[in-house]
Amino acid sequence: MTTKFTKEHEWVRMEGDVAVVGITPHAAEQLGDVVFVELPDIGKSFKENDDMAVVESVKAASDVYAPISGEILEINDAIVEDPAKVNEDPAGAAWFVKIRPSNPAEFDALMDEAQYKEFAGS
Amino acid sequence: MRYLPLNDADRREMLAVVGASAIDDLFEDVPNEALNPEIDLPRRQGELQVERAFAGLASKNVPASSVPFFVGAGAYKHHVPATVDHIIQRSEFLTSYTPYQPEVAQGTLQYLFEFQSQVAALTGMDVANASMYDGSTATAEAALMARRVTKKSKVVLSGGLHPHYAAVTRTNSELVGDTVLRLGPDADGTQDLIGLIDDDTSCVVVQTPDIFGRVRDLAPIAEAAHAKGALLVAVVTEIVSLGALKSPGEMGADIVVGEGQSIGNALNFGGPYVGLFATRQKYVRQAPGRLCGETTDAEGQRGFVLTLSTREQHIRRDKATSNICTNSGLCCLAFTIHMSLLGEAGLKKLARLNHEAACRTYDAVAAVPGVEMLTDRFFNEFAVRLPKNAEGVVDALADRGVLAGVPGGRLWPDNPEMENVLLVAATETTTDDHIAALASALKEVL
Amino acid sequence: MAMNDQGRPTRPTNIGANEKRTFTGNRALEIEEALIFEIGDAGRSGVDLDEPTGAPSRLGGLEREGEIGLPGLAEPEAMRHYVRLSQKNYAIDMGPFPLGSCTMKHNPRLNEKMARLPGFADIHPLQPEKTVQGALELIDTLAHWLKTLTGMPAVAMSPKAGAHGELCGMMAIKAALVARGEVETRKRVLVPESAHGTNPATAVQCGFTVDDIPATEDGRVDLEAFKAKLGPDVAGIMVTNPNTCGLFEREIREIADAVHEAGGYFYCDGANFNAIVCKARPGDLGVDAMHINLHKTFSTPHGGGGPGSGPTVLSEALAPFAPVPFVVFGPHGHHLAESRAEASEVVEGAQPFGRMTAFHGQMGMFVRALSHMMSHGSDGLRQASEDAVLNANYVQKRLSAEMTPAFPGFCMHEALFDDSFLDGTGVATIDFAKAMIDEGYHPMTMYFPLVVHGAMLIEPTETESKRELDLFCDALLSLAREAKAGGAVEKFAAAPVFAPRRRLDETAAARKPVLRYVEPAPAQAAE
Repeated sequence: MTTKFTKEHEWVRMEGDVAVVGITPHAAEQLGDVVFVELPDIGKSFKENDDMAVVESVKAASDVYAPISGEILEINDAIVEDPAKVNEDPAGAAWFVKIRPSNPAEFDALMDEAQYKEFAGS
Repeated sequence: MRYLPLNDADRREMLAVVGASAIDDLFEDVPNEALNPEIDLPRRQGELQVERAFAGLASKNVPASSVPFFVGAGAYKHHVPATVDHIIQRSEFLTSYTPYQPEVAQGTLQYLFEFQSQVAALTGMDVANASMYDGSTATAEAALMARRVTKKSKVVLSGGLHPHYAAVTRTNSELVGDTVLRLGPDADGTQDLIGLIDDDTSCVVVQTPDIFGRVRDLAPIAEAAHAKGALLVAVVTEIVSLGALKSPGEMGADIVVGEGQSIGNALNFGGPYVGLFATRQKYVRQAPGRLCGETTDAEGQRGFVLTLSTREQHIRRDKATSNICTNSGLCCLAFTIHMSLLGEAGLKKLARLNHEAACRTYDAVAAVPGVEMLTDRFFNEFAVRLPKNAEGVVDALADRGVLAGVPGGRLWPDNPEMENVLLVAATETTTDDHIAALASALKEVL
Repeated sequence: MAMNDQGRPTRPTNIGANEKRTFTGNRALEIEEALIFEIGDAGRSGVDLDEPTGAPSRLGGLEREGEIGLPGLAEPEAMRHYVRLSQKNYAIDMGPFPLGSCTMKHNPRLNEKMARLPGFADIHPLQPEKTVQGALELIDTLAHWLKTLTGMPAVAMSPKAGAHGELCGMMAIKAALVARGEVETRKRVLVPESAHGTNPATAVQCGFTVDDIPATEDGRVDLEAFKAKLGPDVAGIMVTNPNTCGLFEREIREIADAVHEAGGYFYCDGANFNAIVCKARPGDLGVDAMHINLHKTFSTPHGGGGPGSGPTVLSEALAPFAPVPFVVFGPHGHHLAESRAEASEVVEGAQPFGRMTAFHGQMGMFVRALSHMMSHGSDGLRQASEDAVLNANYVQKRLSAEMTPAFPGFCMHEALFDDSFLDGTGVATIDFAKAMIDEGYHPMTMYFPLVVHGAMLIEPTETESKRELDLFCDALLSLAREAKAGGAVEKFAAAPVFAPRRRLDETAAARKPVLRYVEPAPAQAAE
């Protein structure tokens, strides 16, 4: 399983032919206590970089962009119910959506972990 | 100058501290040719002189309390308890700011929470915000919110909606590209709104009691709107009516907006007033304006904060739900105090007194030959059609010391059909003598 | 993910309960107070009304049935309730309120008295015009003062607050573009990064897109970067001047000329006009539209967040598009033009873009503002601007001994600091501000403008005496020294301890919003 990263601080992990998407621990920390998450409808399609979801803390509101193009297969209702989960396990249990990619080449073009670490650290 | 504590010695000393030789050193970035322009305005004056000037202007106006007074159409003459004006002038309320530092603003925050709770209860909704500028701007914001919620872009404005509210809503909605279907004045209450709601409709905006004073049953309209995925925005310009009438929430409204001036606030020639905005819990994140919420402090004590601020402009900037920043702070405090003094029993009685005064006025006006009554079910205001231009009649009655109401020509200046219509409002301040004066003056003039 | 991080914690760090609790929870003059829903009840009232006659109603069968849920209080209870609440507020009448950009200055009570004259407070907006000639004359007089002070030919009086005035100005720009046939091509509005959040929100509300302009090292609009962004798709620019860093945009004329040359308009956010009243006129600086916050510049009270008032001055190019209603003077005295058709009859070329509010604007605020202006006169207003700027510079200079100004040189009416003086101290910027509360001060504006790290924006206004400023500076310097000395991190983090409440949990408030009173469920019997 390869995990890749975007400049917008999202991670994408391929599980078979399904892409799991979430926000990075760095992003979750920057946001502070997450109080609200809004996820897209299942079945909706996005192009790379479209606004896809919203994540809010008390003092910051952020759009989450689609890291790759594709159709929403599944959303994580647990983080909508309890947004605190995004702070607790952003890289794992607090995934946002699962996407069926329409253009696998977009995934390959994302940053790997080392590149992201360098990017986020700068 | 009495408001400026610095004297010349202070100024010299302070300039020396900052390292400036003259005050204009501090204005060095202002282009030289624009600095210190000639300003052709009077020089400073003492309190006495200012008071004289204002007394002179004020004496050219006729206060509502000085005459038999039947003017309504979105602003109403009510009696406000003395306590209200005293409390809102307390320094800690009058001269405080938006409660951004909650530890030292619990007074403001708690009354906002009380205000929100009162408005939600009155309108029959789940939540209310901490007020808008006035009823008309609240209505415009409701239409914009309906667009966000439904992602549709056709706004239907009932012909019973106050024409100024309709104009404000249209001005705002057309800016963002909405199609606004504004119906002509519905003096007879026969307009078919339901047939106009289609799949593109974001909301239908209906006022009750409407601009002609007519009490409207919103339930069928709500049902029709919901069937098409549209929202029902209910508008209440006389909030006292909710002491007597079913709440819009009970009738299925999704957003209730209103003008709260009647409770706690003077007529003030149109402002400042207090816009009410209430909605269903599920839509709260799309609501405009400030919201106050309950929480606890570091010692576990109950306290209040502004919350869900991420909707607002100071955080979301270009993606905010609205550009609104200021609310009607002191006016909503006045509302809250007056409503707390009334209580449920008081509000219901007040509403009843308003309705009875209007019924008596109605009967007296109906007895004047030539007057056609347009509204048969009403709260404290009704519409009549006169045999001649109502503007002239109102003018003639004003000369006889009676302010008889709002002529149609004032609200629909471009619509000749409305020229003879007169809107007449009565409240708990209306006496039988006032009613007799209105009826007899009307008889003389018609 | 796009981040707009203000970098402050929003829930209190865990501080143990205060040991010095009293039985009542009261602390001498500071009295705990429950909600009206907990002290009042539906049957009680503080208003004595006549008894209704019980005549049959004509409500069309839509009578309310059942309870509303509104508690009532007798008059002494209500008085006590609200007086107790009031005592939990900080206010300008108690001490300096140095919120940058908010302009908390003394509110003269003469203005309150004038606004309550029955001839102003007790008149209806739709009375016959001949019965409100004094009110219309007052609006016209205030308009004359505003036009003269700004050097602009027209003013729209109806906007109800600053942000509403912004909307008015941008709507006028949009209407002008429609008239030029360019509304479809000119979609972009340039806004500096340091702008108030209302600016981008307003531009979007008008259907424009927002393009950020970077700031220079010295806190002003980057003229070259701005010029590079100009083009045939630009509708205009929104610039605050003096800007939100408390600095005058010294290249304001160049900015105006460049945007005009590119075919766009210049919206000036007038939030900080109070620094330059009678010192410079926006009309001489190339401005096309500017709102004036009467509640900042002309001292109508802020009232815990409102009401405001935002008359908007307009240039020759935008004046024809001013919204209805407006006051004109004619053969029959003062008159309100209330419809588009009528407006174009009484004023040649008028094409109002529409209507912004039901009636004629914030009359109560107009009376107060005019009372303030007439009291000051042109000489007093100039002195007020100068004193406001002098006070800010004095505070900037004195605080520089321990704190770090964001930009070198003189400031206008507000002094901006960054939080670099706290680097390495372990004291967070927010904690520094909260410690000011225990010293008896309302904190300054925090974390705004966004272009400065840990921004602290201090606006003393002209109504502070040197003595108050000295004590304020001494207190802040002492806090800064204490932070730098080390060992006080916990004290700062725990502040305030003397306020009616300790730090409040904003995270919990936002996660599970409780926005209205809900009667608690009846207590369950213990098992």
